[in-house]
Amino acid sequence: MKTTLKLMTILFAAILMNCGGKEEKKKEGFSYEKKETTTKTEVKKDESLPPSKQIDLSNKGIGPIKSLKLDDKIDQEMVAHGAEVFKKLCTACHRVDKKFIGPSPAGIMERRTPEWVMNMILNPVEMTQKDPLAKALLIEFNGAPMANQNLSEEDSRAILEYFRTLK
Amino acid sequence: MKNILKSFVALLSVLVAFTSCNDTSKKNAGALSGSAAEKVYVNPGEHDEFYAFISGGFSGQLSVYGLPSGRLFKVIPVFSQDAEKAWGYNEETKPMLNTSHGFIPWDDSHHPDISQTNGVIDGRYVFINGNNTPRIAKIDLSVFETTEIIEIPNSAGNHSSAFVTENTEYVVAGTRFSVPVPQKDMPIKDYKGNFKGALTFIAVEPEHGHMDIKFQLIMPGFDYDLSHPGRGKSHGWFFFSTYNTEEASTLMEVNASQNDKDFIAAVNWKKIEEYVNNGGGTMMPANYAHNVYDESTHSATSTMKKEVLTVNPLDVPGAVFLMPTPKSPHGCDVDPSGEYIVGSGKLSANLTVHSFTKMLSAIENKEFAGDAYGIPIINFESSLAGVVEQPGLGPLHTEFDGKGNAYTTFFISSEVVKWKLGTWEVVDRQPCFYSVGHLMIPGGNSQKPFGKYVVAMNKITKDRYLPTGPEVTQSAQLYDISGDKMELLLDFPTVGEPHYAAGCPADLIKPRSKKLFKLEDNNHPYATKTEADAKVVRDGKTVHVYMTTIRSHFAPDNIEGIKVGDKVYFHITNLEQDYDVPHGVSMIGANTSELLIMPGQTETFVWEPKQVGVWPFYCTDFCSALHQEMQGYVRVSPANSNTPLRWSLGEDIE
Repeated sequence: MKTTLKLMTILFAAILMNCGGKEEKKKEGFSYEKKETTTKTEVKKDESLPPSKQIDLSNKGIGPIKSLKLDDKIDQEMVAHGAEVFKKLCTACHRVDKKFIGPSPAGIMERRTPEWVMNMILNPVEMTQKDPLAKALLIEFNGAPMANQNLSEEDSRAILEYFRTLK
Repeated sequence: MKNILKSFVALLSVLVAFTSCNDTSKKNAGALSGSAAEKVYVNPGEHDEFYAFISGGFSGQLSVYGLPSGRLFKVIPVFSQDAEKAWGYNEETKPMLNTSHGFIPWDDSHHPDISQTNGVIDGRYVFINGNNTPRIAKIDLSVFETTEIIEIPNSAGNHSSAFVTENTEYVVAGTRFSVPVPQKDMPIKDYKGNFKGALTFIAVEPEHGHMDIKFQLIMPGFDYDLSHPGRGKSHGWFFFSTYNTEEASTLMEVNASQNDKDFIAAVNWKKIEEYVNNGGGTMMPANYAHNVYDESTHSATSTMKKEVLTVNPLDVPGAVFLMPTPKSPHGCDVDPSGEYIVGSGKLSANLTVHSFTKMLSAIENKEFAGDAYGIPIINFESSLAGVVEQPGLGPLHTEFDGKGNAYTTFFISSEVVKWKLGTWEVVDRQPCFYSVGHLMIPGGNSQKPFGKYVVAMNKITKDRYLPTGPEVTQSAQLYDISGDKMELLLDFPTVGEPHYAAGCPADLIKPRSKKLFKLEDNNHPYATKTEADAKVVRDGKTVHVYMTTIRSHFAPDNIEGIKVGDKVYFHITNLEQDYDVPHGVSMIGANTSELLIMPGQTETFVWEPKQVGVWPFYCTDFCSALHQEMQGYVRVSPANSNTPLRWSLGEDIE
């Protein structure tokens, strides 16, 4: 039943469009797309560097974290919690002192926005599919996927605070 | 299928093209709504409306299908070892198959039943019986895994099982074969009067579902074939069909069919429960296994229980009665109102329907025809509600649509017959291909059936599918019962013998289905929760490897210092915390199956290396683009060597 209805709707809509009346909307769609392409600019990248070394402090990534302002002062309690969570759930692939399965988080805050970092932790599948930098990183690291460890926003925020202490 | 769809789409496009500028689309749908293919077609990516849990019969397992599509989603291992899922192979689940006869790797699973609350299925658990070495298993539908198995003492051929009362107070297990109780060495010919049939009431703890035998009713030595609970007005009673009331022990196909009528035994379990709660019954020495899987340790334990409370029916007057029912009744099915008990005399030409109300008044007025070993036999006419005359040959089992109709399977005439409760008239019949056994309407064994489909389960398929040598698939058939006439929509092959099934709206189960196990909740004694804790520990000739997995490596992945003659336990924790990312592992030459480890879970396999060398292991479940790189080596040295025990990941062992 459902199938019929859907098929019918699609076909019906298609035919209806031929009967006229839909052209204006088409235009709207086109101009909207145009807008989106123009908004993405101002990324200063040195394309000769591997993605993990590139600096991009404008890209906020894709995910639940839209905007995040960091306090100048580092919250040491949060750092301790973040270090603990990182040790439990991240060290299988990320080591502070070296490149391992994935990149080391040392110095990450000089290369990425806090939003990007948290979105990469919280939403890695979509990030590695859609975010240009995350996609490039996936390739740089031989296709090793960034695992979604189902962290809470609070835990990932604590990890971010911990990363601020890693230079 | 495909062709029908293709031509259907083609036809539709033409129709739409011709009428596209008019508003006639709805008429077209109406004209095509009769298509069976359309009714069972679930769009790619969309979900079925119902779950069907179809037992595997001699496979010993329980298969999970979607309805109406008939698509198979999972085979849940229950009573049989399953190498795919390491069920009964890994150290954690081996205890689940323990019995008083030792480790039994197989059984015959027959009758699944879904737990109920207030007479309505609640989607928490499925209970199912193992026939051969009598056991009842509980499957937890939040994880779709068997989490408890209890052996039934004093039972043999545990067939009139595993049916639940309307608040899941009890799951009931009746013996098919009567045996000496307790077992003893005696001549078989002395069966009559000496063998007993145990009907076991297993209490189910409401919060966690833990099973515990409350009492066993020790009945005369008949064969107890099927059973069903009373519901609504008859809640508190349980009904068991019997055959071999002749108490024969040989050439049963003749000798167990002598009596014109056998019985449906009516058991007032509330009365017996009260008797037992007041200290009644006799504690009898016994020996049976109770196996419980703990989700927090990801491990099962098996405990041998040493006694069971037995009840002699004669000690609880007014608790047990026998209703004569023609010719070896199989099904013993109670309608949604609880008033009618349908006896399917499988060698009878008619269906016999008892009335619960009439039964009660017959008991009150002592309308008895005699007794069997002291248990009153109610006059046949006194409890009789009606007879469905000559509906077919070989009636087996009946379920209900909640709209006043009953559907009975007929094995010999191979059909489903629809008839009306109260008027007993046959209103429709549809053939089955072939030799149908049970049928199932989702919720059909409850106060609230979802009377949209019936699934008939066939014993024989012969020419229905592509041949596969002498052994061909068995099948289930789906009929639409929403209209006046039944309509065959689909038949689909099944795993093992589709003996019986239980069905449930998907929405009851889907939201509760667990996606992963939280690492922090993992209390396995050998869990390794971070790579930093991965290690190898020697204790004499026993070696414990604490290993982890994450996409896509093992930690450690190089191990040295293992020796021929060691017993090496690989305890592997899957560190993933994402949905649908299990890892597998297998070791060359290990006398066991692979492991299949869910996110956050720990499982263990044992390897006893017999040959010197460097032996690889690898991940068996395709986990990422680097799955093929997920591998490691174990160096096995001679028994008397001094190779130090070392392990590593990402560097050479120096």
